[in-house]
Amino acid sequence: MSGKTVSLFIQCLVDTMFPETGTAMMTVFDRLGIPYDYPTGQTCCGQPAFNSGYHHDAAGAARHFIDVFEDAEVIVCPSGSCVHMVRHHYPELFKKEPEMHSRAVAVGEKTYEFTQYLVDELGFTDLQAEFSGSVTYHDSCHLHRGLGIFSQPRTLLNNVRGLEFIEMTDSDTCCGFGGTFSINYPEISTAMVDEKIENILASKAEVVTGCDISCLMNISGRLSRRKEKIKVLHIAEILAATGRGDR
Amino acid sequence: MSTNKHSSYREEAQKGIDSARLQSNLSNLQNRFGKGVMRYWEEMEDKGMRSRVKNARMRTFEHLDTILTELAKNVRARGGQVYFAETAQDAIDYTLSVARKQKVTKVVKGKSMTSMELDIDPALEKEGIEVVETDLGEYIVQLAGSTPSHIIAPCIHMDRKQIGELFADKLDIDYTDDPPTLTLAARKALREKLLSADMGITGCNLACAETGHVSLVSNEGNIRMATTMPKVHVALMGLERVVATLDEHREALQLLTRAAAMQKLSTYVSFSGGPSKKDDPDGPEEFHLVIIDNGRSKILADPEFREVLACIRCGACLNICPVYGKIGGHAYNYPYCGPIGAVLTPLLDGVNKHADLCKGETLCGACKDICPVNNDLPRMLSGLRQKLAYGSDRWNVKQHNLTEGYIYRLWRTITSNSFLYRTGVRLGRLIQRPFIGNNKLIEKMPSIGGAWTKDRDLPPIAPKTFAEIWRKKQRLKPTPAAPASREEK
Repeated sequence: MSGKTVSLFIQCLVDTMFPETGTAMMTVFDRLGIPYDYPTGQTCCGQPAFNSGYHHDAAGAARHFIDVFEDAEVIVCPSGSCVHMVRHHYPELFKKEPEMHSRAVAVGEKTYEFTQYLVDELGFTDLQAEFSGSVTYHDSCHLHRGLGIFSQPRTLLNNVRGLEFIEMTDSDTCCGFGGTFSINYPEISTAMVDEKIENILASKAEVVTGCDISCLMNISGRLSRRKEKIKVLHIAEILAATGRGDR
Repeated sequence: MSTNKHSSYREEAQKGIDSARLQSNLSNLQNRFGKGVMRYWEEMEDKGMRSRVKNARMRTFEHLDTILTELAKNVRARGGQVYFAETAQDAIDYTLSVARKQKVTKVVKGKSMTSMELDIDPALEKEGIEVVETDLGEYIVQLAGSTPSHIIAPCIHMDRKQIGELFADKLDIDYTDDPPTLTLAARKALREKLLSADMGITGCNLACAETGHVSLVSNEGNIRMATTMPKVHVALMGLERVVATLDEHREALQLLTRAAAMQKLSTYVSFSGGPSKKDDPDGPEEFHLVIIDNGRSKILADPEFREVLACIRCGACLNICPVYGKIGGHAYNYPYCGPIGAVLTPLLDGVNKHADLCKGETLCGACKDICPVNNDLPRMLSGLRQKLAYGSDRWNVKQHNLTEGYIYRLWRTITSNSFLYRTGVRLGRLIQRPFIGNNKLIEKMPSIGGAWTKDRDLPPIAPKTFAEIWRKKQRLKPTPAAPASREEK
């Protein structure tokens, strides 16, 4: 196993609205003996501005991120889309500035999504987690298509004691979040998340999980408005569980 | 061209969402073709084919002037006539001049998106010429006075009951919703038109420079009749439809029929190689190839968007796009709909005018995965959004939303400074208080946030952010196990 100290990249939504996802990640790292650190200067990776076309403004956030994380040994984030932003879009943002470009590439190369880091980099398949219940999984777009992460979360979930994994239909179809898309085109976004929810409910799972809090926020926000009973948990929270009433 | 110029993307989208018929038809279409094509790409043996075709297309664009010149030379050598049209109007004027010279009274059309882009039908009709679509889907849409809502399946927004009623009304037959009977009725009506027309107008799926011929794919055989029975055949071609060699033509054609309809080859592939001759009696008396720019050379000149010209118009991106799958084609308000339309339409017809097309997708990337020529449509959508964000002289784009611009400038200042960011979070936690409901969620927000809370709840900013939890933990730790966190910058 790598002895590298992980710099926790806690995306802004997790930091502000879902801190339990961040603490769950720490619980997992503690259990596995992975050293970590949290650079407190971090803010937001710039994705909202980038996806809205404000590339120069996104570059401002990107510069700050690179300043904060440049010295990290390895950077791990509980969100696929943020990792996709850092890895794939940062270099684009600085393509006309050779020095910044190479800094961006270097930071991008050591930035990983949580399950990807555990499975692909550290070789874990079983995190000694225990969670009783049936779980279905949503493949977030940038995580799946952008980073190619598909099997890693499934591997980890399938090795959780007491967990019954159920695939939903069209698990890799977009949930309709799309950042500001959901605010600019709410009716289209709602139609999309409703279809996602129909597939989630049809799976009959008790919990829906994923590796990207923004999609989960969209899904859970709609589920709660529809007064559906199914629970939404970030994958880190399931993997942190040990079955001792910590669910 | 458009019939719904005055309704916005959102309004038309809502109509599509509200139509149970459209939802069911699009769901069937996407389940069959979108998923089918993705499976085919995964299973196909010759994995290099897609990038080979893409590379060939892009290579052709590097020398497009010489390759088009060769195409024109070879078409003329076969007795065909070639006209280069800079604008839609030029193409219309040329076609009209041919029609006048030949005293054309009836035009039969093969399915052509380019003809829709030109909006040529009203111009022909103004001259007193009857115009009849011969592709079954297009014919239905034309009879209904509607517009196509899918590149390959034009009447996907209709069902057989509606078509039965339409045919009973327009073709004077007894009502039936039996597809074979309806098809036969259309066939009978169309045969009469095909036999009496004096001009056939088609598009061009591919033109081959090496041979000087135009290829058209269809599954109904109507295109073959439309190109050979009338005395004049006019093929309308976007200048990017050309391939250099017959070898490249073969591969592009294979990808087209696979991606469009999961066919090894379409039922009919018509090669139009010019007018009939003494020793070669097949074909029309006159063959005209109209090579149309209409904004394409501007796309060609911009490396950021050039690859969109590599599109082979298979429509596969429509068959997988989750947004198109909900809203249907009419919301795009232009002949090219779906993800390809969202990129192409603004480039051809104005970025500001079609701002909703640039912004109205989730950038999920499914269109990129399915595209037979690996076009990165999400990247180009992001590029178009950038033009809207800051304006662009090259594309004559005005800044789309000044307020949004200021918001992101402020956002940039905040996210570039962790003190401001943390202060902003604390401030947000105070402001949100009155909006938190009994279920500890925000159910109603003012201003733009209201768009979110209209249909969804939102968790509030937590009593303790992760950063605050971390700081507290660090304070309680006598000796830090991990290296001390870096200073705030």
